[in-house]
Amino acid sequence: MMNKSKFIAIGLLILGAIAGVALLLHGHTIDVLVPKGTIAKKELDLLVTATLLMLIVVIPVFVLTFTIAWKYRASNTKAKYTPDWDHNRAIETVWWAIPFVLILILSVITWQSSHELDPFKPLASSKQPITIQVVALQWKWLFIYPEQHIATVNYVQFPVDTPVNFVITSDAPMNSFWIPQLGGQIYAMAGMSTQLHLMATDPGSYNGSSVNLSGRGFSGMKFIAKATSQADFDTWVSEARKSPSALTTSEYDKLARPSQDNPASIYALAQADLYDGVVMKYMKP
Amino acid sequence: MSILGRLTPDALSHGPLAAIGLINVALAGAVAMAIAVGLIFYFHRWQWLFSGAKWFWKNWLTSLDPKKIGVMYIALATLMLLRGVADAAMIRTQQALSVGSSHGVIPVDTFQQVFSAHGTIMIFFVAMGLMFGLINLIVPLQIGARDVAFPFMNSASFWLYAAGMALINLSLVVGEFAATGWLAYPPLSELAYSPGVGVDYWIWSIQIAGIGSLLSGINFLVTILKMRAPGMTLMKMPMFVWSVLNSMILVVFAFPILTATLAMLALDRTLGMHFFTSGFGGNPMMYINLIWAWGHPEVYILILPAFGVFSEVVATFSQKRLFGYKSMVWALGAITFLSFSVWLHHFFTMGAGANVNAFFGIMTAVIAVPTGVKVFNWLFTMYRGRVHFRTPMMWFLGFVMTFTIGGMTGVLMSIPAIDFQVHNTLFLVAHFHNMIIGGVVFGYFAGITYWFPKIFGFKLNERLGRYAFWCWVIGFCLAFIPLYILGLMGAARRLDHYDASMGWQGLFVVAGVGVLVIALGISFQVLQMIISVLQRKRNLDTTGDPWNGRTLEWSTPSPVPFYNFAIIPGVHGRDAFWAMKQSGVARSQHPQYQDIQLPKNSAMGIYIAGLSFVFGFCLIWHIWWLAAVGIVGVITCLIIRLSDDDSEYTMTAAELERLESKHSGKDIRS
Amino acid sequence: MSELHSALPAAPHDDSKTVFGFWVYLMTDCVLFASLFATFSVLRGSTFGPHGGAELFSLPFVLGETLLLLTSSFTIGMAILAAQRGLKSQVLAWLTVTFILGAGFLGMELTEFTNLVREGNSWARSGFLSGFFTLVGTHGLHIASGLIWMVVMAVQIHLRGLGRSTLRRLTLLSLFWHFLDLIWIFIFTIVYLMGAVQG
Repeated sequence: MMNKSKFIAIGLLILGAIAGVALLLHGHTIDVLVPKGTIAKKELDLLVTATLLMLIVVIPVFVLTFTIAWKYRASNTKAKYTPDWDHNRAIETVWWAIPFVLILILSVITWQSSHELDPFKPLASSKQPITIQVVALQWKWLFIYPEQHIATVNYVQFPVDTPVNFVITSDAPMNSFWIPQLGGQIYAMAGMSTQLHLMATDPGSYNGSSVNLSGRGFSGMKFIAKATSQADFDTWVSEARKSPSALTTSEYDKLARPSQDNPASIYALAQADLYDGVVMKYMKP
Repeated sequence: MSILGRLTPDALSHGPLAAIGLINVALAGAVAMAIAVGLIFYFHRWQWLFSGAKWFWKNWLTSLDPKKIGVMYIALATLMLLRGVADAAMIRTQQALSVGSSHGVIPVDTFQQVFSAHGTIMIFFVAMGLMFGLINLIVPLQIGARDVAFPFMNSASFWLYAAGMALINLSLVVGEFAATGWLAYPPLSELAYSPGVGVDYWIWSIQIAGIGSLLSGINFLVTILKMRAPGMTLMKMPMFVWSVLNSMILVVFAFPILTATLAMLALDRTLGMHFFTSGFGGNPMMYINLIWAWGHPEVYILILPAFGVFSEVVATFSQKRLFGYKSMVWALGAITFLSFSVWLHHFFTMGAGANVNAFFGIMTAVIAVPTGVKVFNWLFTMYRGRVHFRTPMMWFLGFVMTFTIGGMTGVLMSIPAIDFQVHNTLFLVAHFHNMIIGGVVFGYFAGITYWFPKIFGFKLNERLGRYAFWCWVIGFCLAFIPLYILGLMGAARRLDHYDASMGWQGLFVVAGVGVLVIALGISFQVLQMIISVLQRKRNLDTTGDPWNGRTLEWSTPSPVPFYNFAIIPGVHGRDAFWAMKQSGVARSQHPQYQDIQLPKNSAMGIYIAGLSFVFGFCLIWHIWWLAAVGIVGVITCLIIRLSDDDSEYTMTAAELERLESKHSGKDIRS
Repeated sequence: MSELHSALPAAPHDDSKTVFGFWVYLMTDCVLFASLFATFSVLRGSTFGPHGGAELFSLPFVLGETLLLLTSSFTIGMAILAAQRGLKSQVLAWLTVTFILGAGFLGMELTEFTNLVREGNSWARSGFLSGFFTLVGTHGLHIASGLIWMVVMAVQIHLRGLGRSTLRRLTLLSLFWHFLDLIWIFIFTIVYLMGAVQG
């Protein structure tokens, strides 16, 4: 049934599939696998470790499935046949124990990594962190720099190797804030603030987006996160401050109206406590 | 307000694409009607129409026989599978084409309705339908019972399921469907952001179907615990029955949460309450907790019976006892228990804190232990067996492959810090399709193929079944492996458009091809059904035991008589029928028949479901007066039915003997 | 034939199935109420303004409701006792008393609701009030169905007497009624008493 040429054909098929995928991906990055930030790097390490651990079970299952099915096929009358053999305490104990031990190891990893990579945990660094407030709107991202007194839409810039403290809320349905090459996502919800602490290790422009459905303009909620040198960042901030459009409460209300596929834009921040106002809006009458 | 609430002629106006779709459906319907009428006219047989309808009403629609109800469940679920796959094809077509300056073929509002409908339909109306179908067909037979505990309630459950289905399909024509995803997270699903009727259609279609499921859960729980044949202790039950018992325990505990949650969302939307709104003290996070407190057990509700099917299939086609029966029972129990303590893993990204996330992550990973044990037990059932690679066994092997991969990616996502990087992306979509297609769907296909001859008296065509299997497996790989990569590339789920610079298009095209291959597999299944019916004489199951089976259902003739067992069998061990065959006492030579009680037909389930449909429809469109009529009607029907002391009839021993003698000629064991 | 059948062991088994099924149903109802209780507890502080439970509820009034319901649980027990002894007219009398008490309870609840709404504290005002109206209202709906069931029962007993199936239904009704009593005790404690304490 299974002869040499079939094996070769299957091998070629698999190689062809890999080559095809490589061709499709040529010139593009698999963001999660090419991290450019401290958190994303640790998350990738974790992904690799856990995958390898799981393969300890998965590969034997695959091998066992095919060898057992093949060896004990009905046509192979030479194989041993014990129709009433239905339990064996020793081997059953083994396969309760092996996954259990693996999961035990995984649990330790889970516990440690959940604390180490808690998005709410500030990052240790010799540099002073920068705070950026994020508001998910219908359907764009507003970034407020309370210390730099500027604000941007669908574009965010910060210095490299500097911890960035994102404080995130929503003035819209729930969204999820994600820059895959820098680290994992967190939800943006109305009436409350979530936090995400990230730090870019390489200068560059990274894709960010909303990954939670928030209405008809949701697929346009993407932005560029640009990590630059401190000097470039400072220059950019001082340029931004000169922006002719100032973000006041009334300007914010205009911005908050539903709109789709907004281009990146820059504001001078006229109202320092804008973010708190957006959060509190849902908290009291 | 108008007498028809907010229902106006505008509800019937749709975009050009939907209009074309509707016209096609209408044309197909018209052609089918024309052919039927033409045939009747040609043969001058108007009475066929009436006698046919009468026959259908008497023998199927009003029947309380769980086998008939099971077949109707599976028939409707199959229809909905076709719609669900069509939705999937539309999703992938859009995503393969809507790149850069192109915006694809489907407007965004329609697209969002399509993926919301796809998820809702596949879970509530396909997977649940196939599951309850198989349970209805097989559980009474396997426990040696003539019926379920509450035959009328069973019929009502089915018709409520049908009413929910009618409602969700009506949204194609009248109004619109939810554009909020299949779980309709607030605040997006609240009035402020979704003012139309779409979310209301979602709520009421699954609320009505869900109450049907809840009643079924109670019904089968009582059936299994109270109606087993004498001698069948719990530890002698077939593994499928064990899996159903666990699944029904989950139904009974989980579905009331769904009922309450949907009711609260409906109250928010209809009476202006503030359970889940942004502001006014509402709490959307609470909805997400509640819906997953139902939603996670729901996944196990669907998968456990599939595990049960595989346990039967592997033992039968390996011609060997199921390995590690006690382990299997404990594993089922562990999964059932654990499934209520993991719901938070669906939203690690909400920011609950490291301790909470880690706890739920670990609980989730722990479920892999009993699940792994089950896989090993199945493999060792084959070990030192005689494995016959019939179609159900092929589905099993396909299941082990896909489910193991899905299990692996599932454990990866149970680690919160990894989940942050893949949550809400196509990686997640690939994972749960791995579990639901590879686990649930393959399982039910295996079950349908395996038990088909028992219900219809002939086997399904083996060759076409294999073609279908290979199309499904290959199509599955093509459709979902690219999604894993896309997720890691940063592609969110539910995108109607993306930039060409992302480099996603090639993979989306491959995924689209995968859907087509799966569709080809489904065509083979449809063809298989047609060919098998046409060639049924060649594949007749004259023995009642086509696979050399092990459990009680194979001790009956095929197709099973409506009373299941003329004499309730006594059970002395596991694999009761196998033991009877071994000891040569499969069927008594001189049976002593007794009178038996059977439920009369009842149309009340249809009426109740029909009135529930009216009630749901009117709440969606705010036609209050008619909604009141609907609910009063439901209560009246219930009072009439529940006051009826004359719901059963007696079949005499003589009649039973006459019917049984018809089968005796086919009995090979005599 | 039928005499022979009632002698078969299958007959009492039939009833145990129904009673067990009803217990399972009551458990699902328990889960439903648990969801509503959980929601209410989460939303207790979400008054979105000044009005919490302490200002809105009148404990003596609610205590009155509670006493009505507790008494009705006792009277339906009396109806069951009478039914077991086959005293049809006594059963009907006790059912009537139970019905009046239940209807009184429901009337008081509706009065409370109407007053709240009239004072501007409707369910649409805050998450807390939504939770309150839904939890208490769901219990009220159950009481209303219980009352309808009681009327149907009374008519059946009047017309058919105290047969096996009537007795079985009456038993289920009393189970249901006691269950609602139990739920009310929780509502009284969690919604009203704790509301008064925590303000």
